[in-house]
Amino acid sequence: MSFVTVTDVFQSYGARPIIERVNVTVDEGEFISIVGASGCGKSTFLRLLLAQEIPTRGSVSIAGAPPATEPGLDRGVVFQRYSVFPHMTVRDNIVAGESLRRGWGRFFGAGAKAARARADDTLARCGLDHVADQYPATLSGGMQQRLAIGQALAARPRVLLLDEPFGALDPGTRLSMHDFLTELRAETSMTVFMVTHDLHEAFKLGDRVLVFDKPRWDPHDPNAYGATITYDFDARNGGIPFQSLKENTHVLQAN
Amino acid sequence: MRLINLKPGRPFAVFLMLLPFALVFLAYAIGSDIRLSANPQDKLLPAPSKVWETMVRLVSEGDRRTGRILFWHDTWASLKRLGLGIAISASVGLVAGLLIGLLPLVRSFLAQFVAVLSMIPPLALLPILFIVFGLGELSKVVLIVVGTLPFLIRDLSQRVIELPDELLVKAQTLGASSWVIAIRVALPQIMPRLIQSVRLSLGPAWLFLIAAEAIASDLGLGYRIFLVRRYLAMDVIFTYVIWITILAFLIDWSLRAASRKFYPWAQEGL
Repeated sequence: MSFVTVTDVFQSYGARPIIERVNVTVDEGEFISIVGASGCGKSTFLRLLLAQEIPTRGSVSIAGAPPATEPGLDRGVVFQRYSVFPHMTVRDNIVAGESLRRGWGRFFGAGAKAARARADDTLARCGLDHVADQYPATLSGGMQQRLAIGQALAARPRVLLLDEPFGALDPGTRLSMHDFLTELRAETSMTVFMVTHDLHEAFKLGDRVLVFDKPRWDPHDPNAYGATITYDFDARNGGIPFQSLKENTHVLQAN
Repeated sequence: MRLINLKPGRPFAVFLMLLPFALVFLAYAIGSDIRLSANPQDKLLPAPSKVWETMVRLVSEGDRRTGRILFWHDTWASLKRLGLGIAISASVGLVAGLLIGLLPLVRSFLAQFVAVLSMIPPLALLPILFIVFGLGELSKVVLIVVGTLPFLIRDLSQRVIELPDELLVKAQTLGASSWVIAIRVALPQIMPRLIQSVRLSLGPAWLFLIAAEAIASDLGLGYRIFLVRRYLAMDVIFTYVIWITILAFLIDWSLRAASRKFYPWAQEGL
């Protein structure tokens, strides 16, 4: 039974099709990298997964639930920028991952104390415990993204969506973020979708790499057709297939 | 060295800062001296010493008839009107700004209406306010509210709309309801903007206050200025104008200090 099911999804803005006929199923715990040229609907696809947008046709279903109409607790997200609340301290940002769902958006009394203790554990795991009382603006880009991931995970989502999370980071920080993400995945075995421009990153982190591209191209009207998934690579074993005796792959199977 | 790279040292910067004040004072003293030497009875530019004497008299001596020190009573009456008007404007503006900025339904319902309302010149409404609310305190406070509220609503709702979409989506993925997004995400982030907008509104607020007091009042800074105008009492007018300037500056400064203290994360532009 697949965990995330995308069935025949079309999305257009006005008359302009962005993505068309996207069908994909993802098992629980898979790490899906999404690559493609700029303007090929990668981020649109992620917004559809997030339920920030509703597809014009087709449906996105997570864990068998009916298609969501707005973002909710089952989906966690980290954007390239603006992913943490600038007016909360680093610790409060993590606490917010658990507290925003409550009636007043905060914990009171003993609950607040326990939540702060849990947040400090999370911060220690993210390597941010020494800046717990600072505001995010004082952190480096890599630390802010670690915080954003920690905050998203504090809410315990079913699916984690990353929209070019490391796009603005320098190469060294990017590598340490890869290690950080790999560690977290080993602990939580969460289903992850990551949009990236970095092919190396996509194959390094992903179990599968989905490539978005426009299969039809009208040179007189480049916007006439939308993009879809043109390749679905098996990225395990460094992207090289047939590395094990009994190959267990979704590639070359009919959708 | 290019002029754009020439930076004053600390003492020189302080000197430069004080220089225009000193120059204005000097120009006034010279002008006053020229006029007074031609006509010792001149009332237009009283000598600085006379202004100073008037100042001391105004702030320390009571009224001959009632014994009250009118200066402080005027100040208190004006500040009360100003504070009340601004407080009402700020709180209504904050709530309306949040509603318009966060809820597309309310935005469709009210945004254009407020935009049209803000085009009405508030002073043109003053006669209506005097007719409807009488000549007492209420009409003056209402004038300040009418004058500053549309700007505050428009400014704050715009700030809420400008909040990055990512933050609102993020809050939703953390399970926040509209109410929680309003009080935990949007409200704290526009509080510094509210203080900033209030600082900008204080100029118009003073304008409306003094206008209302000038037309119908029996106490207040604006009332006193327009009253003594009849006697060409420039020394009193100067005292009151300087005092209003100091008050406005202090209010502005304390709002800025409050913003820095309570919202240290919002560094830019404060």
